[in-house]
Amino acid sequence: MHSSISKYLNQNTEAAPLAVFRILFGLMMLLSIIRFWANGWIKKLYLDPDFHFTYYGFSWVQPLGNFTYVIFALCALAALGIALGYRYRWSVLVFFLSFTYIELMDKTTYLNHYYFITCLSFLMLFLEGGAYFSLDAYRKKQAFNLVPKWNIDSIKLLLGIVYFYAGLAKLNSDWLLRAMPLKIWLPSKYDLPFLGNLMQQEWVHYSFSWFGAIYDLSIPFLLLYKPTRKLGFILVVIFHVLTRVLFPIGMFPYIMIVSALIFFDAGFHKKIIALLGKTFRIKSVTSKTLISKTSWRPALFVVGLFFIIQLLLPWRYLLYPGELFWTEEGYRFSWRVMLMEKAGYAQFKVVDQETGKNFYVDNSDFLTPFQEKQMSTQPDFMLEYAQYLATHFTAQGHKNLAVYVESYAALNGRLSRPFIDPNVNLLKESRSLKPKTFILPLDDTIQGL
Amino acid sequence: MKKIHSVLTLVALVGFMSCTSDSSDDTGQGQTDQFDREAMLVNWADNIIIPSYEAFDAEAKALKAAADAFVATPDANTLNDLRTAWESAYFSFQNVEMFDIGKAEEVRFSYRLNTYPTNAAEITSSIESGNYDLALPSMVDAQGFPALDYLLFELGDSDSEVLDFYTTDANAENYKTYLSDLTASMADLTTTILADWKNSFRGSFVSNTSSSASGSVDKLANDYIFYYEKLLRAGKVGIPAGIFSNEVLPEKVEAYYKEDLSKDLLLEALTATQNFFNGKAFNKSGSGASFKAYLDYLNTIKNGSDLSGLINGQFDAAREQANALNDSFVVQIETNNDALLETYNELQRNTILMKIDMLQALDINVDYVDADGD
Repeated sequence: MHSSISKYLNQNTEAAPLAVFRILFGLMMLLSIIRFWANGWIKKLYLDPDFHFTYYGFSWVQPLGNFTYVIFALCALAALGIALGYRYRWSVLVFFLSFTYIELMDKTTYLNHYYFITCLSFLMLFLEGGAYFSLDAYRKKQAFNLVPKWNIDSIKLLLGIVYFYAGLAKLNSDWLLRAMPLKIWLPSKYDLPFLGNLMQQEWVHYSFSWFGAIYDLSIPFLLLYKPTRKLGFILVVIFHVLTRVLFPIGMFPYIMIVSALIFFDAGFHKKIIALLGKTFRIKSVTSKTLISKTSWRPALFVVGLFFIIQLLLPWRYLLYPGELFWTEEGYRFSWRVMLMEKAGYAQFKVVDQETGKNFYVDNSDFLTPFQEKQMSTQPDFMLEYAQYLATHFTAQGHKNLAVYVESYAALNGRLSRPFIDPNVNLLKESRSLKPKTFILPLDDTIQGL
Repeated sequence: MKKIHSVLTLVALVGFMSCTSDSSDDTGQGQTDQFDREAMLVNWADNIIIPSYEAFDAEAKALKAAADAFVATPDANTLNDLRTAWESAYFSFQNVEMFDIGKAEEVRFSYRLNTYPTNAAEITSSIESGNYDLALPSMVDAQGFPALDYLLFELGDSDSEVLDFYTTDANAENYKTYLSDLTASMADLTTTILADWKNSFRGSFVSNTSSSASGSVDKLANDYIFYYEKLLRAGKVGIPAGIFSNEVLPEKVEAYYKEDLSKDLLLEALTATQNFFNGKAFNKSGSGASFKAYLDYLNTIKNGSDLSGLINGQFDAAREQANALNDSFVVQIETNNDALLETYNELQRNTILMKIDMLQALDINVDYVDADGD
């Protein structure tokens, strides 16, 4: 057992797939940041709001005024550095830190896609991405044709986890038996050319739901197994292009399509590199066979730990009582993608406990529409917001405050119902990872995972 | 353990469904029929919005004519006529204020005609200086119906005291000019909007059936709910009743100086919003495609009752509460604010049904946010 593991860890493989992955990943990230900047989202999402929703334990991560642009610029430069393979490990480190900092600034913008980028860039810290066809190789006049096999396998594993867990999350009665939320989303795409009419058909909603679940569960295996690899890749392209057409999901479909290329043989990647070399007249540095190995021994340990966490984290929801989609305790960081249509409405009541006087808060005084929308369906947002309101009104001279919320939410087409206990003073509750007892029950069970 | 049970149940249910699906042939569901959104937009434009604007345009012109007559000969008769014209136009306005789209949005129609409480100091200083531009954002609370409310009802305790400002006062000429300017700008803005609807906007509105945030259905749904939530529910009832403040705020009642109009304005607005929901034609019988029809099409039947039925029921419940109120909300607040709060609660219930349930069923984003989703 031990020897087979160490034998595996000592196996080497062609560096080309890793180099191509590094180049495409870097370029995709560079494009993503340019797009984000050009859309004016830095200002709109991070500079305009007066208040930011933070992750538990990371409330110290805040936007830094105009310096926030510098963080994005650093992140973009680092992405370029990754693409070029310039001081690879430093580039990845700067990218990982700046990107993660950006994501932690406000959880309003949380997307599984962004979390995926954070995970992937963390993993890349430990890989020999700069070994081959890179500026590093050019500078040092030494390229390495071979890298440890686990380098490439670990990227495949991460991708496999993302797909497979996304598939597992779809094995629930709302998705499979009620075709929710696709039954809500698809009919509104009535104006799509060719597909508009189909989108009204119930059988289409069910087919999309079932196909989506089977697709997510099987795609890692289709890509791993050589005879089905091409089919798998064609499915990847069709699936992601379709989701791009149907939903506003930005760059993610392209990132996933490009990432899936890692499953192809080295020969394919060598052709890409040859093509790049020819197009940009880059001379190959070496033809000798050299192996690039991580000299830092704990790297393997860290990567192993990373994957154990990846495999376990999505199951943490089992530790919480109540319906996952309703409470959203343990919902994030679990590859639960496009599973819910949830809308909410929350009115906060600020009570002066000495005089008994109270008033309701106009949320638009404090939050952007985007923040209000996210807040009104997620209990952890509401708690943080209630505490912010208390700080704000205490500073205005109000004393001895209590903050209550009257809130309603509707989940996957169910009629809206009371969400948070309106009789609980949210200032008496503290932020933590413990189950939130102030969430009222959904009174319906969603079967499955 | 509970979770394992839940997985097993799912497996059983899937098995059950795959067994029964053969027997229940899913033909004849009638779902191939597309809901015709363009027909809904046509109904909105041709049977509700444009006729409402035509009616209000006539009212605004009559108001301007009454103001002109008053300015020419300021006496008790012309003052009375002007007040009547103001009241009648104010009611008519309740039928168009929710359509904050196109030209109306561009000229900030709703803000310029009905921002209250009005700013008496701003009005007085504008009149005294004779130097003002009604198009300036800083002037929104010194014009429109609320400013006229002040100028026609608040300047003195008796009619003759009010008339003094337009006859013997040192600034009488300026008072008359201001009155003319206010009514003229209200009529002009309305005529501009109506002409735009009739000339070009109707065509682009009706044909823009896109499902995106810039599509007509999406935009008007947002405008409609914004109006209902902010201007009707909060503006007419919630804010004066003290929902958003430590104290009640009777001075924030609509038509504050006329006093006995606030309830009827609310009822008029409530009926207008409900009629729009049901696609009922303005000032004539018959109805066409609407939010109600759209919801029914989407088959959003839940809890044994359909959503459009729940929303209509809630409109009725709110109207019933409002009917029992005093004609003047100022009096209502001073005597029994709880009744006003109860009306607010009924209005609030429909905010939830429309903003959460209806928009979810229609898959329309509230305050569309231009950002990526998952």
